Amino acid sequence: MHVVLDNLDLYLEGARLTVELTLGSFALALVLGTLTAAARVSPVPPLRAAGTFYVETVRNTPLVVIFVLFYFGLPKAGVKYSPFVSGIIVLGLYTGTFVAETVRSGINAVAAGQAEAARSLGLTFPQTLGIVILPQAFRTVVPPLGSVFIALIKNSSVALVIGVQELTFQANHLAQATAQAIPVYLGAGVVYLLMALPSGWLVSVIEHKVAFKR
Amino acid sequence: MTAPLLADDLGPRGKRRALIASVVSGVVIAAIVAVAILRLSDKGQLDASRWEPLTRWSVIRFLLGGLVQTLKAAVVAMVLAMIVGALLALGRLARSPLVRWPAVAYIEFFRAVPVLLLILFTAFGLPKYGVHLALLWYLVIALIAYNSAVLAEIFRSGILSLDRGQTEAAYSLGLGYWQTMASVVIPQATRRMVPAIVSQLVTVLKDTSLGFVIAFEELLRRSQISGEFFGNPLQAFVFVAVIYIAVNFTLSRVASRLEVRQRRRYQAGAISVAGAEDLTVVEARADAATRR
Amino acid sequence: MRRRPWLTGAAAALAVALVAGACGGGGGTKKKAASTSAPTFPAGSTMAALQAKGKITVGTKFDQPGFGQKNPTTGQVEGFDVEIAKLIAVGIFGGTPQSVASKINFQEAVSAVRESVIESNTVDLVVATYTINDTRKQRVAFAGPYYLAHQDTMVKKDDDTIKSVTDLNGKKVCTVAGSTSEKNLRAKAPQAEVTLLPTYSQCAEELSNGRVVAETTDAPILAGLVQQSNGAFKLINAPFTDEPYGIGLKKGDQAFRDFLNNTLEKIEKDGQWATAYKDTLGKLGLATPQPPPIDRYPDTGGTAATTVASTTTTAKP
Repeated sequence: MHVVLDNLDLYLEGARLTVELTLGSFALALVLGTLTAAARVSPVPPLRAAGTFYVETVRNTPLVVIFVLFYFGLPKAGVKYSPFVSGIIVLGLYTGTFVAETVRSGINAVAAGQAEAARSLGLTFPQTLGIVILPQAFRTVVPPLGSVFIALIKNSSVALVIGVQELTFQANHLAQATAQAIPVYLGAGVVYLLMALPSGWLVSVIEHKVAFKR
Repeated sequence: MTAPLLADDLGPRGKRRALIASVVSGVVIAAIVAVAILRLSDKGQLDASRWEPLTRWSVIRFLLGGLVQTLKAAVVAMVLAMIVGALLALGRLARSPLVRWPAVAYIEFFRAVPVLLLILFTAFGLPKYGVHLALLWYLVIALIAYNSAVLAEIFRSGILSLDRGQTEAAYSLGLGYWQTMASVVIPQATRRMVPAIVSQLVTVLKDTSLGFVIAFEELLRRSQISGEFFGNPLQAFVFVAVIYIAVNFTLSRVASRLEVRQRRRYQAGAISVAGAEDLTVVEARADAATRR
Repeated sequence: MRRRPWLTGAAAALAVALVAGACGGGGGTKKKAASTSAPTFPAGSTMAALQAKGKITVGTKFDQPGFGQKNPTTGQVEGFDVEIAKLIAVGIFGGTPQSVASKINFQEAVSAVRESVIESNTVDLVVATYTINDTRKQRVAFAGPYYLAHQDTMVKKDDDTIKSVTDLNGKKVCTVAGSTSEKNLRAKAPQAEVTLLPTYSQCAEELSNGRVVAETTDAPILAGLVQQSNGAFKLINAPFTDEPYGIGLKKGDQAFRDFLNNTLEKIEKDGQWATAYKDTLGKLGLATPQPPPIDRYPDTGGTAATTVASTTTTAKP
């Protein structure tokens, strides 16, 4: 265990990057996912098609492939970002698909009567969605969004393939250097656990706060 | 495509707005695509010379060989994970805390740790314990460790989703706990879980691509090798991305179909699992719900 | 093979040489064509076991131009490391490097797994740009070295600001995570901003995309990348460090190590080493060097020491 304690600063550095990646990309994913869900239920066909294309393509591609295509491929089209920013964008894009599906199921779960009532009051589509449907939808999809968040913490590890030195990278680097794979990787596992458990707890707290009082 | 939210027709103003939005969004999307194509073509990425190697049968066969390895790892991992997951689920549902708590600990731990870390652990940690295996097995063991935890939750939801009346009726007929499980609960639960299991297979297939960090020669690694050899990495990655999408999309569709068929035939509800990877099931449920 | 027309030329030249060698008088010139018969080995030795099995598994790189690169068209691995492995196999099974190729099972051994695949008996040998150093000697044994490489730096063609490794201080440099190249870079240019990626060709992509200004690793690996770049990159030719490449084998197998060292000395003396070099690395424009002297260091034997320096000061990100 000495090797873990002696290198705590490396673990913290990696964990810091993991947290930053996760929070940044989750914010992006929420925005992107909600917009996509809105697009997929809108009465505008090109938007529905684009939303479906985005979700089906990105969700069915391994995250590694998206990372590599984005980081090494886009510069060939003239678009270049640093590893960290690329990490946020790619993770946000990937997670956005899951957020989109979750929010969409939430939208569909809101009683049809709500949409009809809003329409009968003369609200436009954006107004219906924004004022009536989405607030209710979000309150029901908190648990699945929580799982998406925890999955994102884990997916951030894949960013090491474009050189982001997050927690798994640090653990791997340390394990190669000291040849003490077992305590090093176990230490990293524990750190991930320490990130996932409080997140899960936080999600249930939020869920209880926003749940519909029946 | 998905059904629009507003089931009724828009009025004249709404129709006009929707039309304008359609035209504008259509133009914007087309513009983005055009710019991307122009930029790529400028940098020579659309040159025939870069795409040519991917049209040769020998290269395609090389890449498909990687796909075979991917499928092999995925199927083996999935089958074994189902067995382990089933045992874990039963453990989780056990009455004795001595059996339950280790099961819970296992499930919580392996659902919190990244698969990448697990792969690195099995490939570099297990040999320290004297366990020496072919690369395929390190990847498979890591996948089993993670997916058995997820599948255990799927199985548990499946079993719990069954109407209490079923088990009560079984007990009233004099069946014991294990008999009830074997004859009544598990057969019905299994039918409900099939779509979720198929969706999980999609996740497993995607995760096999992480095997490249230990140089396991699956599809992604082979595309890297090919891309480096011919100097066309971007094209090689696009090629395999398409393969992944095709395979996974088909599997997801199969899962949705199974879900719908199940609702019709057995009036069985969808398994709702708290797991992001299983959101395809949530979607299927949503889709089914919209077809009111 | 569109990319290597000269390889076909080399093969043709070789064919001519073979015929010439057979027709000409005995002795002297390259004996590459001579088919050797399989020697007998003491019972119980690794060589005898391999002979009985009829196959040898060798770990090598699949993505290093010049040393070990898998050709997707043929499915075969090509390179200097591959040729060395074939010559070793000739020493076990007899025959020629061409005939013995079918008895070799090449497996990919990326840098990080080289010790593991030896320890786990997944492979019998590792010939994969494997630098000999003391840390690794604690887990595996080395025969050779069969090649002495030097670390160098690669930059864009028109970049004249970097002339030596110390110029890398304060600049963005790319290399592979956990490699000896990384350690050497940090030692010689501690203020360099290091980007760490999984493979060398990805580093080359970074250089091409302008996200880093230099890539550093062993010169022959860079030479392969320079050639693939079609003139976009160049080597600055300011080598630092000595990287002796060795053949990795199971620790404690003294008989096997002696056999390997003896075979290496033989092929270096009779010109086959030089031919293998010319056919592979020579194509990258590198002049054939003298092979380095074999280092028959005393192997401490037994299992790898568990007291690996539990230290700690590993490179900071």
